[in-house]
Amino acid sequence: MKLSSMTATAGEWLRGEGPHHQIVISSRVRLARNLRNRPFPGWAKKAERGSILELIRPHVEDLSEMQDSFSESLQDLSALDRQVLVERHLISREHAAKGAGSAVVVNRRQTLSIMINEEDHLRMQSIRSGLQLKQAFKLVDKIDAALESKLEFAFDPRLGYLTACPTNVGTGMRASAMLHLPGLVLSELINQVIQAVSKIGLAVRGLYGEGTEAMGNLFQISNQTTLGEKEEEIINRLSKVIETIIEKEHDARQVLLQKKPNTLWDQIGRAYGVLTYAHAMASKEALNLLSIIKLGVDLGAFPEDRRLPIDELFIETQPAHLQKSSQQKLNAEERDHLRAQIIRERLKLFPKPDISKMARKSGNGSTAEAIE
Amino acid sequence: MLCDVCKCNDATVFLTQILEGKMQKVNLCDACSKEKGVQDPTGFALADLLLGIGAAEEIEKGASSQKCPVCGFSQADFKKTGRLGCSVCYVTFAEGLNTLLKAMHKGTEHVGKMPEREHRAIELSHRKRALTENLQKAVADENYETAATLRDQIKQLESDLPNSP
Repeated sequence: MKLSSMTATAGEWLRGEGPHHQIVISSRVRLARNLRNRPFPGWAKKAERGSILELIRPHVEDLSEMQDSFSESLQDLSALDRQVLVERHLISREHAAKGAGSAVVVNRRQTLSIMINEEDHLRMQSIRSGLQLKQAFKLVDKIDAALESKLEFAFDPRLGYLTACPTNVGTGMRASAMLHLPGLVLSELINQVIQAVSKIGLAVRGLYGEGTEAMGNLFQISNQTTLGEKEEEIINRLSKVIETIIEKEHDARQVLLQKKPNTLWDQIGRAYGVLTYAHAMASKEALNLLSIIKLGVDLGAFPEDRRLPIDELFIETQPAHLQKSSQQKLNAEERDHLRAQIIRERLKLFPKPDISKMARKSGNGSTAEAIE
Repeated sequence: MLCDVCKCNDATVFLTQILEGKMQKVNLCDACSKEKGVQDPTGFALADLLLGIGAAEEIEKGASSQKCPVCGFSQADFKKTGRLGCSVCYVTFAEGLNTLLKAMHKGTEHVGKMPEREHRAIELSHRKRALTENLQKAVADENYETAATLRDQIKQLESDLPNSP
């Protein structure tokens, strides 16, 4: 499959409607694996990396899940195409910086992506819509089992799967969920939540993982430790914490609706106004405003069928996707104009925010009735 | 005092964090603290940043000029990259790494999933141990018929066991 045909459609995880999909954008689980007695990618010489890639790649492409997959060496992908894959969370930023000797294989539904010679020889990632960490693990676990029958993985009975970075040793598993938390941000409770989460050994990160900024009220929560706990235990622990955060987000929204409805309507109205009429829009501003519109859909200010067009804009307005769609390299100023244009066109069909519907249709019914 | 990250500038930001009962300290210069996003020490997971640094120090304590026999990786390389050279490095630098892993993770032993062939090897070795015990008992009881059967079963098991450790 070609990159263009893959990127023509949004990934299944974006269109899907998993549990808690209003707040949990996606769930991802990745496993890191390495071949026995071969140097890790960061330390291997170029020729050796090449031979490791040649050894692994056919087995990955042969997986039943990888029929009609997108499979490409990193050196054969333009910088723009790599960035498109990063924006879709199909490869990491680190992998995008790789050249000869590294490859990526993505299944047709974009629910499974396997990076070869990233930091480890194999990074297998499954991505699902909503809160579905268990299901995501199930798929990647199956892939792992299929590959281990063909390749001998570095494993130590005491330390588990051996990885390039000691932070991943053991299960080699990182499970994470991308959460949309505008309620907690608007009510200034987000720092409390982040602190609490980091105290129990989980990590909170921005949109593109490690060291990235939180934009569009999007936060990634993942396990920090990989040794001394079973995969299922890690996932259960993480899921429970995420469920609590979902509850807190719902609570925060209810409190805002009751105590500060004017602030909420003002935010939504302003976001709608700016997005509908602006002619230049930076990526960060777009994400932050789209986040408020998404909140508006959640609260009933916009009809439910407008959810997908907004969700798609989150990805389509990212720098590489913009340039890809316009088929030319654009400077920052040109991108900002194009971004504003795309958003304006999409919002043309959007009704004005209807605040009368908001109080009635909001999360759990009991508190909504109290307002009326 | 120099910055722990760039080791060029004077450190101006001194961070101490207690994470799950363990204290970690790091000294940063102005530029590095901004780069690492250390504006709000409370919301900042020190462990992430520390990995490279703490790990290198731990390894230094263990073996000073040791190199991995398989990949030629040295502790200086680890200090530079925060990554190991190959799977055998875990054995080569075991001493320093153990302290590091203890501080970094929830436990020190893997309890999760294992490769099927590893699983089988462990199962077979357990069965072999049980059979050997029975054999010794049979011999002690002068029950030679049973002993012979057991001996054959052990032989069969040994031929099934993979050669890898």
